[in-house]
Amino acid sequence: MSDIIPLIVAKYNYWLYIILMMIGLYAMIAKNNLVKKLVGMNIFQTAIILFYVSIGYKTDATIPIIKNAHGGGHGHAAQTIHAADYINPLPHVLMLTAIVVSVATLGVALALAVKVYQRYQTLEEDEIRMRLTENKS
Amino acid sequence: MTGTVYPALLIIGPLLAAILCSGFSWVEKRACYPVAAAGLLLAAYSAFRVLMEVLASGTIQYRMAGWPPPIGIELRIDLMNALVLMVVACIALVNLFASHRFVSRDLADREGTFYAVYLMFVTGILGVSATGDLFNLYVLLEITSLASYALIAMGDPDRSPLASLNYVFIGVIGASFYLLGVGYIYIMTGSLNMVDVASLLPAIHDSSAILIAFIFCMIGVWIKMALFPLHVWLPNAYTYAPLPVSRVIAPLMTKVMVYVMIRLMLTVFGLDYIFEKLDIAQAVVWLATAAILAGGVMALAQKDIKKMATYIIVSEIGYMVGGAWLGNKTGMTGSILHILNDAVMTFALFLAAGNIAFRLKNVHFSSLEGIFTKMPWTMTGFVLAGFSIIGVPPTCGFFSKWYLVIGGIEAGAYHFVAALIISSLICAVLFFRIFEIGFFSDDSHGHGHGHSAGPEMAEAPISMLIPLGITSLFLIGLGLYSGVIVNRIIHPFLG
Repeated sequence: MSDIIPLIVAKYNYWLYIILMMIGLYAMIAKNNLVKKLVGMNIFQTAIILFYVSIGYKTDATIPIIKNAHGGGHGHAAQTIHAADYINPLPHVLMLTAIVVSVATLGVALALAVKVYQRYQTLEEDEIRMRLTENKS
Repeated sequence: MTGTVYPALLIIGPLLAAILCSGFSWVEKRACYPVAAAGLLLAAYSAFRVLMEVLASGTIQYRMAGWPPPIGIELRIDLMNALVLMVVACIALVNLFASHRFVSRDLADREGTFYAVYLMFVTGILGVSATGDLFNLYVLLEITSLASYALIAMGDPDRSPLASLNYVFIGVIGASFYLLGVGYIYIMTGSLNMVDVASLLPAIHDSSAILIAFIFCMIGVWIKMALFPLHVWLPNAYTYAPLPVSRVIAPLMTKVMVYVMIRLMLTVFGLDYIFEKLDIAQAVVWLATAAILAGGVMALAQKDIKKMATYIIVSEIGYMVGGAWLGNKTGMTGSILHILNDAVMTFALFLAAGNIAFRLKNVHFSSLEGIFTKMPWTMTGFVLAGFSIIGVPPTCGFFSKWYLVIGGIEAGAYHFVAALIISSLICAVLFFRIFEIGFFSDDSHGHGHGHSAGPEMAEAPISMLIPLGITSLFLIGLGLYSGVIVNRIIHPFLG
């Protein structure tokens, strides 16, 4: 038991993303209202985005912009660059694309929810299901 | 390796056409259809050239914007995806021609939007089949999915938005799982290029992070391809979509996801890892067996051709997943051949259903009475598609099923073999039931369903019959030439 706490603390970013993801998944499965489900879906996607952002992080590192890289001013030619001093920008760049994807998905899903609402005058899933069974009989 | 621009044109052609179409939909709607046709013709021609080039000189590695692979995005086209690209481009093109009448009648107010989104769908799915980069695959997969959500929602106004919304929820979970898996691969290898990852993975095969990555990727892909317990979104989404849409999404989306699974298995993780390190192949073959049987049984319960066909897809997915996980070359050959054959035969089935629906407005069994005399050509195509799905010898469905059965026997997976044969029987029952209704029940003796003075049954317009005719001929042609395809494309690919 005493082993697990340092494990959680050392890798808290993973735990956080899993918790967020489960919140999202729970909302998508258990909620009855379609918009709440959409919010759950967005939390789910955000959890993964945060996961990616966190894996690019390094302690005591800065943004990967190298000052005076083009030999500006000081005459200090070719200072050595340590990769450990800079965070890894690639996951962040990937997530820009993933954010666009998740925004687009949310947009499409909201548009669909509007269409559902226009048709059934409700966003509660059980009421929609009731309407559908009424229509059949 | 250098010089060829066709891999890029393959994706850029439909993309540019999509942008033009959405522009034209505001200005001049009539221009949309020719633009879409031009974009897809370009894609099909490029796919053909790429296939020829791959056959002549091996794998094409196209560097997008000239960046070398581990950093830049690479389109990597070998024999397997050249084949898949060819099928996708051709089906998309033929379906466009077949759909023109339908779209201008039923979706007249949204014609431009339809073509634009349709082209985006094709762009995405061609990209998924061509890319050699794991993250790029995710992005293109989401483009494909977003386009298909929108297309599905254009269907039946009562049910399609809800079906599409349910598909969004499940599709997002699937894509997110895949993305997570890619994240774990990236943590462990620092690379996203498939070939580069494949060269780095063997050193860390024992890592549990790689195992997690593999499981996440597989579950994500299985959700997207609707493998049996994860299939619930598929039947409603494909049934309530407009026909021009369901007949392109149904053959392509699931099949391309099977391709992605095989690509991940063969190229990224490697068969050594899957079959020697992990002990799950048996379980997956059982799952596939369950999928085949469950799909077949649920198809039996349907009273509508479209819905029946969607459950047949669930069953066919079981064939391909099972074949790929048998762990021998014959099974894998059958699985890859079945991607091709199943795409064509599902397409033929949906084309025939589309022709019927064009005249009858629905494809319910009870309205099919006497249809053979009224729509003889459409029903000929339907019969051929049915025979191919059952697996009657001259049609292509027989040959891939043959490889799958032999592969199953070689692997000792007799339950899988039994499921394949039972599934053939179930399909025979399914189709002969329709043939019986269409051929023997006579329309003239007052029929059971409340005589709704149905629209007159007549043969579908010629512009819809020609695509069906071509596809049906391909069913036989692919069957006769399946030996050539296996010997020249699939066996050299599997090595």
